[in-house]
Amino acid sequence: MKEQQSFVTAPDGVRLAVFEWGDRSAASTVVLVHGYPDTHAVWRPIAEQLAERHHVVAYDVRGAGASDAPRRIGAYTLATLEADLGAVLQHASPDRPVHLVGHDWGSIQSWESVTGTALADRIASFSSISGPCLDHVGQWMRDKLRHPSPRGLAQAAWQGVHSWYIGYFHLPLLPPLLWRTAMVKAWPALLRALEGVPHGSGSPTFPTDAVRGLALYRANMIPRLSRPRRRPTDIPVQLVLPQKDLFVTPSMAGQAPQPYVDRLWRRPLRAGHWAPLTHETVLARWIDEFVTHVEGGPAAPGLERAQVHHTVELAAEPRPAHTGQLVVVTGAGSGIGRATALAFAEAGASVVAADLNPDSAARTAQLATLLGAPHAGSYAVDVSDVAAMESFAKAVQAEYGVPDVVVNNAGIGLGGAFLDTQTSDWDAVLGVNLMGVVHGCRLFGAMMKERGEGGHIVNIASAAAFLPSRTLAAYATSKAAVLMLSECLRAELADEGIGVSAVCPGFVNTAIAKTTRYVGVSDGEQDRLRRNADRLYRLRNLPPERIAEAVLRAVRENRPVVPVAAEARIGQALSRFAPGALRFVARRDLTPR
Amino acid sequence: MSNKQPAWAPEDLDRFRAVQQLAYRCAESVAATLEPGVTEKQAAQRMRRWLEANGADDWFHVPFAWFGDRTVFHKFRSPLQFFPTDRRLEEGMPYILDCAPVADGYTADIGYAASLGGNLVQQQILDDLQEYRALILAEVRERKPLNEIYRSVDGLIAKHGYENRHRVYPGRVLAHQVTRLKVRGPRTVVAGFGVRSLQTLGRELIGERIQHRSPLWADGKSSAHTPTPGLWAVEPHLGLRRVGAKFEELLVVTEDDAYWLDEDLPHVRNWAATPRNTELQKTKPQKAQAEQAQPEGSAA
Repeated sequence: MKEQQSFVTAPDGVRLAVFEWGDRSAASTVVLVHGYPDTHAVWRPIAEQLAERHHVVAYDVRGAGASDAPRRIGAYTLATLEADLGAVLQHASPDRPVHLVGHDWGSIQSWESVTGTALADRIASFSSISGPCLDHVGQWMRDKLRHPSPRGLAQAAWQGVHSWYIGYFHLPLLPPLLWRTAMVKAWPALLRALEGVPHGSGSPTFPTDAVRGLALYRANMIPRLSRPRRRPTDIPVQLVLPQKDLFVTPSMAGQAPQPYVDRLWRRPLRAGHWAPLTHETVLARWIDEFVTHVEGGPAAPGLERAQVHHTVELAAEPRPAHTGQLVVVTGAGSGIGRATALAFAEAGASVVAADLNPDSAARTAQLATLLGAPHAGSYAVDVSDVAAMESFAKAVQAEYGVPDVVVNNAGIGLGGAFLDTQTSDWDAVLGVNLMGVVHGCRLFGAMMKERGEGGHIVNIASAAAFLPSRTLAAYATSKAAVLMLSECLRAELADEGIGVSAVCPGFVNTAIAKTTRYVGVSDGEQDRLRRNADRLYRLRNLPPERIAEAVLRAVRENRPVVPVAAEARIGQALSRFAPGALRFVARRDLTPR
Repeated sequence: MSNKQPAWAPEDLDRFRAVQQLAYRCAESVAATLEPGVTEKQAAQRMRRWLEANGADDWFHVPFAWFGDRTVFHKFRSPLQFFPTDRRLEEGMPYILDCAPVADGYTADIGYAASLGGNLVQQQILDDLQEYRALILAEVRERKPLNEIYRSVDGLIAKHGYENRHRVYPGRVLAHQVTRLKVRGPRTVVAGFGVRSLQTLGRELIGERIQHRSPLWADGKSSAHTPTPGLWAVEPHLGLRRVGAKFEELLVVTEDDAYWLDEDLPHVRNWAATPRNTELQKTKPQKAQAEQAQPEGSAA
């Protein structure tokens, strides 16, 4: 789709280059404002996607690209920039409020209009990417210093460290000199190395834009940050928070606007500062979802979870770690699965509980709701059934959206000698323990990759994955397979921002002790073995809640393999350093008789 | 032989009932005074004063108060942590008041769970506790061994998705016997327990041990016997994440039957006032359907 170029004239005579995509008569107009040192070109990939449904407008900010560049620093104040935006809006959408999107400085200057009065009724919504309102930042910094807490001070100091370049841009001579010399080649290479920005996405006018744009910092930073005003707004705001932003920390960008914005959505993104160039599909979708919702359409599930509810937030500070996330847990009707689902619910996540037993899955969902999960649902699924898993995954996507975390937990136990184990026994154990995990990873992993927002998959393996035993051939084999599957998948999905963890619990006190099947023994013996195992598991007294905590930690810290409890840690260490010892023990029949 | 009579005379049971009523009245009166910012120590002190002013003359144990995540004994490593702390009560916080006054030798031991201004999780647990009251009575009437009843209770806990928190009590007890104190001695308190109660309990432990029974009802082999006739203070204590709830009241066990000493207690009245929702009624229906008969648990 080709962009249409035209010019508008700002009140002070500066000519601004305006670019348009899509149908002018479309139901909504989206206006994109670029940052520093960019031009409208930074929006091209997103604009082309949005143009399928919207009238899309971008312009070169004064000093950049094809627009005029006044020499006076005073010609770059936020007030003049707001007047520029006014001129562009008058040209692009004279009758209807527009949906504003800003990145970096484009977002900073847009906040001026969003929180001001001059253009407020011309703006229907605002999506802000990596550019906070300078007044909000000033207030946020003041607040952290006036009410010091270790956490608050650390956040403020951390943002200070990330803002080094602001001071640097105020230096005389050096920044322009460097832009014109070493940085001409180094800057695109840096963006590529640090953030994966594709080659050739820079603007042809690059070093000149960077030098002229320094005026943006010099004209506005000191006055706004040192004398912040109180700037509330009624306009709905979607904050996109790139988690790996080198210049704007997500904690500051997420908190600073909160007291001033009534209708706020907060969407963390696994991306760096130049997300419009690296995550264009996700951003285009998020902008489209937000515009559609503000225009009166239904909220997409992800958008709905991202909405900030002020009353809840004020009551429960600090914000729970998994707020806004969607978590799917299989085998969630009991034991580790249920404990994990409930731990996520308590941490603010929405939870989908799947289990073979519909009643126990429903009970988990009910408890999750009580614990504060914004949404909770339950499904009856046999994880070893491909068709059932496929329809389950589709149903989850339709009802709740793409999950952020999937915990493949469902598993069954099988004990007894290998030579007593029938083919049907193998089918049962591998079907649930291995293929259930495979289906979960395959279906939800594909969804996560396609969505492009990252995610996490946790597979529950077992300490048996590295402890050989003559009486656990089938079970231990299935769990060792889950461990290796997780390691391979972790390597494959790393580039997509999707983490994969294998959690290896020891002897956890759950229903598995009472449901494990022992092959090669009579029915009476079966019961006795189960009772004995149950007694030992009770004595060991390792509650499933311990494993649940490990699962949450694995997700937060993106840990590859997490052994839980002493027997699992020791087993893992021995398997590396003294495998002979484990082989010796493996020959003993340790079934409790 | 212990000083416990095999079956209590009706007038004795009346006295036990009166002390239990007194203890629950104390819990309700003190609960009504709890305001945001009050500490566990202050709450326990209020119970102690109230009971002393209303007829208690000794303690089975001194009054306890647990606020917030202490209602599930979160991170309890030593029995000293049962004692009241300076934890302050906040809006929406669950709390449990537990007191065991003695009056003229007649002992009560009660637990009262509530919250400041309502707590949905605790309300659910309190609603579900009536199933435990029914289950325990039914299985005692069947004269099942006590450790098996304990495991049935654990089974119900697992079905409901709660955690067994009575296992944190000394001896992991679901219940313990109470009796009439007849020993003499100073009415002092050591380690939170009344000295005369400890003397009695010690004597019981030895006396019952000889008969291969235990006055403490847990899940081990020492409880592998049919319910001993007498009075049992039964205290199922459940937790979900950081929220706990319990009731504690006296169960009368006779040679061939059992019944709760008193039906006119706060939790029983609450259940009668709000008839139980049929189980799982509040949950959504299931959507994806595909099943096979296959056992399912969680990984070990």
